[in-house]
Amino acid sequence: MAEPKKRRAGADQALPFEKTLVEIEERLSKAQTDEERSAIAAELDKERRKVFESLTPWQRVQLARHPQRPRMLDFTTRILEDFVELHGDRALADDPAMVTGIGRFQGQTVCVVGQQKGTTTDEKLQRNFGMAGPEGYRKALRIFDMAERFGLPLLTFVDTPAAHPGVEAEQHGQGPAIARNLWALTRLRTPVFCAILSEGGSGGALGIAVGDWIAMLEHAIYVICPPERCAEILWRDAERKEIAASAMKVTAYDLKALGVIDSVVGEPPGGAHKDHAGAASILGEEVERFLAGCREGRWKPELRREKYRKMGAWIEDDAETARQAQA
Amino acid sequence: MSFLKRNRFVSRIGRSSNIRAGLWLKCHGCKQVVYHKDVQENQMVCTLCGYHYKIKASQRIDYIVDPGSFQETHANLRAANPLGFEIAELDYSYNAKIEEGRRKSGLNEAIITGFATLENIRTVIGAMEFRFCGASMGSVVGEKFCRAADDAVRERIPLVMICSSGGARMQEGILALMQMAKTADAVHAMNDAGVPYIPILVDPTSGGVYASFAGLGDITIAEPGAYIGFAGKRLIEGALKVKLPDDFQTAEYQYQNGFVDIISPRTELRPLLGRLLRYLSPQERLAAAEA
Ligand SMILES: [Zn+2]
Repeated sequence: MAEPKKRRAGADQALPFEKTLVEIEERLSKAQTDEERSAIAAELDKERRKVFESLTPWQRVQLARHPQRPRMLDFTTRILEDFVELHGDRALADDPAMVTGIGRFQGQTVCVVGQQKGTTTDEKLQRNFGMAGPEGYRKALRIFDMAERFGLPLLTFVDTPAAHPGVEAEQHGQGPAIARNLWALTRLRTPVFCAILSEGGSGGALGIAVGDWIAMLEHAIYVICPPERCAEILWRDAERKEIAASAMKVTAYDLKALGVIDSVVGEPPGGAHKDHAGAASILGEEVERFLAGCREGRWKPELRREKYRKMGAWIEDDAETARQAQA
Repeated sequence: MSFLKRNRFVSRIGRSSNIRAGLWLKCHGCKQVVYHKDVQENQMVCTLCGYHYKIKASQRIDYIVDPGSFQETHANLRAANPLGFEIAELDYSYNAKIEEGRRKSGLNEAIITGFATLENIRTVIGAMEFRFCGASMGSVVGEKFCRAADDAVRERIPLVMICSSGGARMQEGILALMQMAKTADAVHAMNDAGVPYIPILVDPTSGGVYASFAGLGDITIAEPGAYIGFAGKRLIEGALKVKLPDDFQTAEYQYQNGFVDIISPRTELRPLLGRLLRYLSPQERLAAAEA
């Protein structure tokens, strides 16, 4: 596959809180002397730190959805060698929203599954914005099985707003298809690494995101439903999305604290959309650490199962308290 | 024979159902006025049109198991509000929602689990309670499902789960999502142990519950007319800008699509489960092999 074209972050696609940064970047590109350049670079660095240190959860949601954010293939074409894409669910169709295949990472053969959202308008439409249907989840399941059969580590790349909400998706069993993937992944007898790249949306994300090590990019989000929808359901007002985003705990740091993910993967200054190659290289190091763990025999299905079994929080009254509460 | 037994069986809580205990009832299904007592004696199924009323989880269990055999388990688990989902500026409180759920349902959470016998076959049984936060799945629902599955595996007896849910419990955020993985794994454990797992999908079974334990049965049974689907109908209509037919995502629709084994009226569930469990439960299989 050809190296993706380098896209420049234009002011037109900048987020509101990025505007000042873009303005400084433009001045930097027009700087005449080295002296001027280093002064503006220092200013940019300082301003960037200021902006990024005080990001609100909603601003992180916006970053995660940034139109120029690198997509799955922007990462995999850089960190994998000799990727062979495999197609079809062997029942009905090939779902372009879900990309599956086999490749090499620093000499180690790996199986790969991920959602590709697309970059151009044509590709976005063709890939349904990374929203897979049951065919996509069943195609992924095929590759899970293959990874287990051949004893190959499985790498998954999550980038989807949701599983596709559609008539055919329902007809073909979207719910049971996702359920079957969860069923398979918790006990898959091969190591599983998952990376949440930008937007991890609900069951559609989880359907390929159960593993031994869940890495999440610093400005990615992972949600039970979009904050807009949460606000709409709870308060009948999607505009309360910022409040919902804070309350839902959607950022990588929140999720690390909740024990749902295992690591937060840093992004280049200004976010992954500013430097696709830099973002891929940082994620590559994380994959490298995971595969080193494979060689040490660190990942075991029993440990994975125990990890998921412990997830959640509840109060367990002793029998006496429970009896009193009922009385 | 089993028909007679069924009719003699009177629920001990049927009288306090959420339908007002007036003498007459206007049926939601056929809009006819029916004698309340007739409907009640028919397990809250309309005697004219077969419309299945939403009923309490405990009532559902009573209709299915042998009278007096149900022993509740894990009732001491309750929601912890792990995200501290309390929003003062909107006067919104998850703690208050939990309290409301407890008040409305008389239960600690949206699921009841326990041991019972069903036509003399020992089984683990559970049911979800819609009046508790729309039977959404949060940490407690997930954990109790897993413990019920553990009980079934340990005793090598079946699990029958009456599923009903509006989806995941939003106020527990990502932790609610993780319950899908956790419960799917609990089903896997039952499958590995050769313990039968029969979900019964009642109105409504949707979202994260359908995409986890409700979607993974050895045999999947549904009540007539139940809403069963992953993405909500209105969400799909909004996304695609279409109007979907009335029968979209009904039990009958999912049966046609191949995702439901049997659509069974509530009044026939007990003998049906009895037959299936006699075929599948480990003890019964052993007894059959020895006979
Ligand atoms: Zn009727």
